Amino acid sequence: MFDHGQPSYAEVNKDVLSVMLVTGPRYWMLLGGTMSVAAIFFFMPWIYQLFVGVGAAGMNRNAVWGTYLSNFIFWIGLSHSGTLLSAVLHITNSQWRKSIYRSAEAMTLFSLMTAVLFVMVHLGRVWYVHWSFPIPNQMGLWPNFRSPLMFDVMAITTYLIASSIFIYMGSLPDFAAVRDASTGLRRRLYTIFSFGWRGTAREWHTLGWAYTFFAVFVIPLAVSVHSIVSWDFALSVVPGLHHTIFAPYFVCGAIFSGTAGIVTVMYCLRKFLNFERYIGQEHLDNLGKLLILLSMIWSYINILELFGSWYGGTSFELEALKFKLTGFYAPLYWEMILFCAFVPLLMFSRKIRLSWNKMLVVSILINIGMLTERFIIVATSQPRKFLPDAFGFYFPSWIEISITVGSFAIFATLFLIFIKCVPAISIYEVKETLKPLRRNA
Amino acid sequence: MSTFFEKLKAYSKPGYYEKFDYHWTMTIDLDRCTGCEACVVACQAENNLPIVGEKQFARSREIKWIRIERYWEGDYPDVKMGFIPMLCQHCDDAPCETACPVFATYHNQDGLNTQIYNRCIGTRTCAVYCPYDVRYFNWFTYTWDEPLEQQLNPDVTVREKGVMEKCTFCIQRIRIAKDNAKDDDRRRVRDGEVVPACVQSCPTEAMVFGDSNDPDARVTKMMKNPRGYTVLKELNTTPSIVYLKKAQS
Repeated sequence: MFDHGQPSYAEVNKDVLSVMLVTGPRYWMLLGGTMSVAAIFFFMPWIYQLFVGVGAAGMNRNAVWGTYLSNFIFWIGLSHSGTLLSAVLHITNSQWRKSIYRSAEAMTLFSLMTAVLFVMVHLGRVWYVHWSFPIPNQMGLWPNFRSPLMFDVMAITTYLIASSIFIYMGSLPDFAAVRDASTGLRRRLYTIFSFGWRGTAREWHTLGWAYTFFAVFVIPLAVSVHSIVSWDFALSVVPGLHHTIFAPYFVCGAIFSGTAGIVTVMYCLRKFLNFERYIGQEHLDNLGKLLILLSMIWSYINILELFGSWYGGTSFELEALKFKLTGFYAPLYWEMILFCAFVPLLMFSRKIRLSWNKMLVVSILINIGMLTERFIIVATSQPRKFLPDAFGFYFPSWIEISITVGSFAIFATLFLIFIKCVPAISIYEVKETLKPLRRNA
Repeated sequence: MSTFFEKLKAYSKPGYYEKFDYHWTMTIDLDRCTGCEACVVACQAENNLPIVGEKQFARSREIKWIRIERYWEGDYPDVKMGFIPMLCQHCDDAPCETACPVFATYHNQDGLNTQIYNRCIGTRTCAVYCPYDVRYFNWFTYTWDEPLEQQLNPDVTVREKGVMEKCTFCIQRIRIAKDNAKDDDRRRVRDGEVVPACVQSCPTEAMVFGDSNDPDARVTKMMKNPRGYTVLKELNTTPSIVYLKKAQS
């Protein structure tokens, strides 16, 4: 798995920890840049919208859901691959998982946080958002447990907490490594973070057991989260959304876009953090194969969805289908089909699959396709429901577009902070993959 | 107090909603409707509906709890136009009620689908789930220029930004009628005592409103009309509004 020769144990520590401990001006400039983009493009329009009302966005009477919600699904989707893939590969004992899973899980965490932010932006009165939590209150009123949005709140909080614990638990020995390599305040902080990890046999045993337990726990959770997000749509009676295929459709799409996201993040880590030694062609090869499989499942489900609409045969469903395939947003629909169903097939070629630059382009195209997929789901169905007189049309306003751009900056900011706080590659697990006989330190 | 416990017992049994105290129902005779929109104006005045302004109207953000939908039939020169007043159908099995995470919309014991503005957090899910498109969102906090604020109805809340609103069947009038009934030591509201603003203002008396639990009420008799139908019946929302279709010659 090591393209450029096997590193020694000490080199692994040095390579990974130097990313955390040595900070150059380029990092600060980058962090400052993403933070200002997040502030200007995300938070300032949002604050404006808070004062004025959600009317600042482009939604209207017939299209009460807009880009905010489609971006919410997109970010939840992006969160799907990290923890899920990491857990599945841990259980199946795959060696290639070990150098990429930490960043993949961080991606899960941060895209979940961005998704939650989008819920906040979406709400009309976000200052009362705590009413959707089952907190005992003076009104003596619980939230409505029949509501798919309530399922959402539950599922996402559980997923957020579980994946935080999962990534934290996996990093415990690495926090200890940071502690041992640093001095001063950082040393004291990481003593606390590492829970006084000493590396005894008993500690390793407990960690391994707990980690596997959590991996098993997280898998059904991840599948349920996006199923539940899909039920926000599928439990309505809206033609074009009221499909039983929606849960698998969303889960598959989520893992698909998440895996493509991992490829993008891997590219950046490798390029900017000098992890060429640890993230190699094997990872690319495996992720590429996974992407092909997921893309084919995704295409199959898409065909099923079209078939369901056509076979259902009600005039409402047919009208929704017609609008989706030939209406105003049809170019976006066909773009999505091109990027998510046909572009991934290029990866059948080994040459493309093993080239970092080409894979970067493919992975970004896939995620652009998935972003539009979510937009199409929201924008083509619910503005045009049953009564033709009430048919509406949705087009995002500049505030929504700006907030969408800003959300990527928020994700980047969180990720940049992450690589300085947590070792971006699992040190101890990379060491497990080294061949002991060939070590030279 | 004993009636309270009796009610509590009755309401905790499944299927209570089929035996409401009252079941407020409306019939709309499309044969009589001329599409004059008097009901729309009356509703605007009664329920403090904001005037959103020309710009927001163009972005289809108007708030009209009752609207007249216009449908054309046939090609020129044989064109026929039909009207259908569309307002909240107060469905007994309302899709919007299950959608709200905070119980801002629920079914009350009068068979009304109610909206509690103070409870609403503005997820707008109810509006998406509503097949009749009759829920309206407050995109901004609307204001009334002086002296227009003097004409606001004191019995109805003025809504702030970020809140969903819709037809209430003029619940303030229902409440007043029930209060009066209680004061007179009567047990039930008499037929014709509650008249929502739209019904009151209809010049052709196309709309009839009443309690369909009362077998002698005018609305109960109207509902039995063979011309009666409910909109989007196939969705099984069991609306409380019965439309009487145009008589065929």
